[in-house]
Amino acid sequence: MSSLLSAPSALREDALRRLKREMWARAVKLGLRSWVGWRRGFTSKADPQRSGRVTAEVIEHLERLALVDFGSLEAVARLEKAIAFADRLRAVDTDGVEPMESVLEDRCLYLRSDNVVEGNCAEELLQNAHRVVEEYFVAPPGNISLPKQDEQEPFSHI
Amino acid sequence: MAALMLRWSCLGKRWVLACIDGGSRHGRGAAIGLTSRRKRGQSSVAQQPLIAVQKSRKGEHEWAAVVGLEIHAQISSNSKLFSGSQVHFAAPPNSLVSFFDASLPGTLPVLNRRCVEAAVMTGLALNCRINKKSLFDRKHYFYADLPAGYQITQQRLPIAVNGSLAYSVSVGKKPSQVSTRTVRIKQIQLEQDSGKSLHDEPRSQTLIDLNRAGVGLLEVVLEPDMSCGEEAASAVRELQLILQALGTSQANMAEGQLRVDANISVHHPGEPLGVRTEVKNLNSARFLAKAIDFEIKRQIHELENGRKILNETRSFDDKLGCTMPMRDKEGKQDYRFMPEPNLPPLLLYDTASLPPGADPQQVINIDWIRERLPELPGKTREKLIQQYGMLPEHSFTLLNEVGLLEFFQNVIKETRAEPKKVTSWVLNIFLGFLKQQNLAVNESPVTPSALAELLNLLDRKAISSSAARQVFEELWQSKGKTPSQIVSEKKLELMQDQEALERVCHTVMEGHPQVVMDMKRGNPRAINKLIGLVRKATLSRADPTVIKEILERKLSS
Repeated sequence: MSSLLSAPSALREDALRRLKREMWARAVKLGLRSWVGWRRGFTSKADPQRSGRVTAEVIEHLERLALVDFGSLEAVARLEKAIAFADRLRAVDTDGVEPMESVLEDRCLYLRSDNVVEGNCAEELLQNAHRVVEEYFVAPPGNISLPKQDEQEPFSHI
Repeated sequence: MAALMLRWSCLGKRWVLACIDGGSRHGRGAAIGLTSRRKRGQSSVAQQPLIAVQKSRKGEHEWAAVVGLEIHAQISSNSKLFSGSQVHFAAPPNSLVSFFDASLPGTLPVLNRRCVEAAVMTGLALNCRINKKSLFDRKHYFYADLPAGYQITQQRLPIAVNGSLAYSVSVGKKPSQVSTRTVRIKQIQLEQDSGKSLHDEPRSQTLIDLNRAGVGLLEVVLEPDMSCGEEAASAVRELQLILQALGTSQANMAEGQLRVDANISVHHPGEPLGVRTEVKNLNSARFLAKAIDFEIKRQIHELENGRKILNETRSFDDKLGCTMPMRDKEGKQDYRFMPEPNLPPLLLYDTASLPPGADPQQVINIDWIRERLPELPGKTREKLIQQYGMLPEHSFTLLNEVGLLEFFQNVIKETRAEPKKVTSWVLNIFLGFLKQQNLAVNESPVTPSALAELLNLLDRKAISSSAARQVFEELWQSKGKTPSQIVSEKKLELMQDQEALERVCHTVMEGHPQVVMDMKRGNPRAINKLIGLVRKATLSRADPTVIKEILERKLSS
């Protein structure tokens, strides 16, 4: 590590990136081995879809869909633990039980009559906007695509 | 390579590719039998003349195209689907937006009763089964005009399923050759509209107006039972008429109240379906058929050349007349559907299941709505055919043109002329004039009363039909004058004096003995010549049939 500190900054960043990638790959392998063992202890039915780990592809897919930055090994580990925790539901026998739609399902859905009672507050709404052009909200042109996995740094803040 | 021209046509459900060698000397090339679908330039090969083919040349393949549609119709209501802000087409940007529409935290959706009724009416009109329980879901995707990051829709259990829509397409060159087709309706669901984005390319930004965000939409999903652009366009037109008759949507494509997305794929008959592409943003009836036909052609062309079709989303560029891939839509979208946690299931009732003592404002009775459904276009056409004895294609034309049916019915009310005469005058002459000057019915300078009066004059033989046409032209040009005024001004009345007419006939016959001789010998054209002479002598104020009758009588005497 001390040799890195004395190297020029570009080289230093490069080396750091490579190091992080190696650490990440090693950690995933370690993590999944222990995680799989722990999980097998609880489930009786083998889920063919769940190979027992959250792959890097899945993380990338989730980051793209939800615009969430996992950012660290701990975050991924937390996700895996959360999934395992929820998996314990499978221990309950639900054969022949009708699933619920939501916890509100026996409430009455209120029907509003078709009258205009809101609106006309453009000024108030536009106050929230970072940029405004003549009473329009301003957004970048189209969605800005996330960089692909090999382009981006796996963990910029550890 | 010599100029090889590829001609496509829609023969029933098959697309026939006939390779025609453009430089060939023998014969004028191959022609494709069914030329009917080239109505009003809807096909992308409309510019090329159509010629008949007897046998296929080398390289004939049969392709079947499969077209499914997703139609979004804006519900005609005062306020939005889940909030109380107004629904209106043109308004200052972001002035019709409530806190919920702008997706500010702490706001919740409240369902609009009118939108549910509109969905039930549309479902009943399209022969669907109305689900007494339907559910709302969230469909997640990121785009600047969707402030919440999700759209509330009904994916798991929509409000209406399994219906049908009947429409008609022409199957021959003659207007009378029409065939009725049916397309199955997969489902009808309620969903929210997104806002509007205005792309400002030069400044590299997009301007967002949320006035449209949250407006209620009816999504009507049609099964892929259609096979070309014309069928799709006819089905959409019929749906438009139904929605307008019900009053559930104004379905005006130009104002964005009706939007169509098409799913198109091609395959060889007997083989499994091909990869489909989605063509979005079809906002005009004209371009709908053009875009679909182009996409079918493009897919066939790609497959013929050994390439594969990508499952992608494309948009139609009307200036270039072709479909282009859309950016931001690469790959399959994962919408992560989840139940909408803030809305309980939507329960509908019928008379049998209505809970006693329920608040009528809070319950919707399907039977009550069914009893009060307005007359649908199909029924209206049937009645026209039965009541007035008109041909089916006439009833289609009457309903297709905005305001024409009302005009027709007003004329019928005020005239004693036969309905067939009225039909002919309205559909041929009146409509002809409108089309020539590109006017809508409500811009017509001729009122129903004026036309009714004119037809009355014609009916009691006060004027001849050619004089009537003259009067009509005059009516069109000059406002304010009544037909009777024009007739007297231009002295177009038919001669009513029988005796005077007989005298004229006698004079003409005396003056042209040779022609009379020809007539006696049985030359049919001779009598026409005499009639012409008599007409000239009377300054076209005599009815040719009456003249003929008099001449024949004189001859035989």
